Amino acid sequence: MSHILLRHREIPDLHKFSVYKKNGGFSAFKKAVTKMAPSQVTDEVKNSGLRGRGGAGFPTGMKWSFIDKNIWPHYVVANADESEPGTFKDREIMESNPFQFLEGLAIASYAVGANVAYVYLRGEFWQIAEAMDKQIAEMEEAGLLGDKLFGTDYSLRIYTHLGAGAYICGEETALLESLEGKRGQPRNRPPFPAVAGLFGKPTVINNVETFTNVPMIIENGADWYKGIGTPDAAGVKIYSLSGRVRKPGNYELPFGSTFRQLIYEYGGGVQDSRPVKAIMPAGASSSIIVANDKVLDTPIDYAAVKTMGADLGSASVIVLDDTVDLKWVISKTLKFFKHESCGKCTPCREGTFWMNNISKRMQQGDSLKNEDVDLLLNVAKQMQGKCLCALGEFSTMAVVTGIERFPQEFNRA
Amino acid sequence: MSLQQKYSKEIKQILSKYPPEYKRSAVMPILHLVQKDEGHISKESMQEIAALLDITETEVASVVGFYTLYQEKKAGKYRMQICTDLPCALRGADDFFKQVCDHLNVKDGETTEDGLVTVEHVMCLAGCDRAPMFQEQGPDGIKYHEYMTIERVDEWLQSLKQLEAGEKR
Ligand SMILES: Cc1cc2nc3c(=O)[nH]c(=O)nc-3n(C[C@H](O)[C@H](O)[C@H](O)COP(=O)(O)O)c2cc1C
Ligand code: SF4
Ligand code: FES
Repeated sequence: MSHILLRHREIPDLHKFSVYKKNGGFSAFKKAVTKMAPSQVTDEVKNSGLRGRGGAGFPTGMKWSFIDKNIWPHYVVANADESEPGTFKDREIMESNPFQFLEGLAIASYAVGANVAYVYLRGEFWQIAEAMDKQIAEMEEAGLLGDKLFGTDYSLRIYTHLGAGAYICGEETALLESLEGKRGQPRNRPPFPAVAGLFGKPTVINNVETFTNVPMIIENGADWYKGIGTPDAAGVKIYSLSGRVRKPGNYELPFGSTFRQLIYEYGGGVQDSRPVKAIMPAGASSSIIVANDKVLDTPIDYAAVKTMGADLGSASVIVLDDTVDLKWVISKTLKFFKHESCGKCTPCREGTFWMNNISKRMQQGDSLKNEDVDLLLNVAKQMQGKCLCALGEFSTMAVVTGIERFPQEFNRA
Repeated sequence: MSLQQKYSKEIKQILSKYPPEYKRSAVMPILHLVQKDEGHISKESMQEIAALLDITETEVASVVGFYTLYQEKKAGKYRMQICTDLPCALRGADDFFKQVCDHLNVKDGETTEDGLVTVEHVMCLAGCDRAPMFQEQGPDGIKYHEYMTIERVDEWLQSLKQLEAGEKR
């Protein structure tokens, strides 16, 4: 099957305006603005079964329909913060097929009646943001952004905004705080962004990959998209495959593909032909899955990964082979979360600090102390359900599942 | 020269992105300008930005303190920020980091004798499939260097040194 999102793999120079346009680019945006009411666009996306690709898998059309129509103006924000360890798909989209993303963002803006949209990029994506500013200018010149588009009353402007190094800004309310010029710390909810988001106004936030699906859905229709994937998850997903595989990289596969296909057919198998020991399907935030034949051969969608005791998240699949020590894996994820905890709530701030200390101690001595393992597990479990945002919870996933599912590595078997 | 004079065009362009009553949103883009140009954010710059955006100096300082890409301390002209996070480490990033430190005769966070390069380790940069990798933060903003070897690091260092020699002449 040819690609739907990573189309640049078949079409050279797709990142150029003229090439994108020649290959049917912007016809979906024009169709939406000139032939469809905003609510029809939202309905089409709703019927397509598209779910958000940023992690939670929330139905996209439904999210758009929740925007408060009594308060104006509305904003749309693209989440291009991409900072989950092991995730590098939005980067490839923005580098190689940026106009399809921007077109999707434009269609979403039309659907919810926003005249201004922002792309919030992680600060490290400096070069991508510079290129995107030029791409936006090209769209303006061609009459695809600006006032009275396609002879209608609809106007739209898109602006980029660079973050400056903080994983928490991928969390949508922290992102909004950051975009307002503040420290990126999550907000209390309610109110939800659909009611009070950016500058206190109703706001829709979606992931880059989510938006990039939209032009093809509008072009080819909801039924076409729904025909791909599984009943639980329609369409295609980009898997960022990393860790101990021969060919790490992004692979766009329909939902319903298996980890075996991803790792062996696309990823070229495991380095040094070792066996897969464990899979982290959602980056450092992931529960650790014990890899066995059943897991490797189960068709993947959100529901299927749940049955494996994990979440699919943004589908950043980290592969661990039998040479990898899980105590070391946990020390890496904890170092990350201790560094990235925003410090707003005590359980997460203190919990990540202590878990990181204990895990460092476990790494240093030659003899693993059972009290340390108990303490680590205890701290992790005490944090669960008590943190203000999901980061706190994420920090405990690898710890708890690592110790419980691989007890022999922690002297507990 | 004041920031306002030095970057009048850029600041005007940045402010045009946000509603006039929310010009505070411009704080991060303006900080990026200063960081790129001066290699760190001084107290004077923070004062000026605060005045420009009608916020307090403390508010600017708290933003600077929160985000890792704003540097409060001066360091080498270029920062070599090597990713040693889990996916990269599964592909040899910890060893690469040690090799670089040995090669440049520095420890984590230290600067080479000539003041050119500060070596630091950082968290995931969304380049995990191209490990070992690092980002360069310096006068040209931020650039990625991927599929790294010590030989390729040397080539990069040579190019920086040539650039330096050219500028001094
Ligand atoms: C700690 C944390 C980090 C997150 N990082 C990202 C991110 O980098 N990119 C992203 O799109 N969503 C991220 N999310 C999810 C967002 O909060 C939000 O659910 C998502 O952007 C919604 O878009 P979607 O519906 O298209 O998935 C993160 C969530 C949390 C709790
Ligand atoms: S859970 Fe952690 S990251 Fe989230 S608000 Fe609390 S301290 Fe901040
Ligand atoms: S872990 Fe190094 S770039 Fe992702």
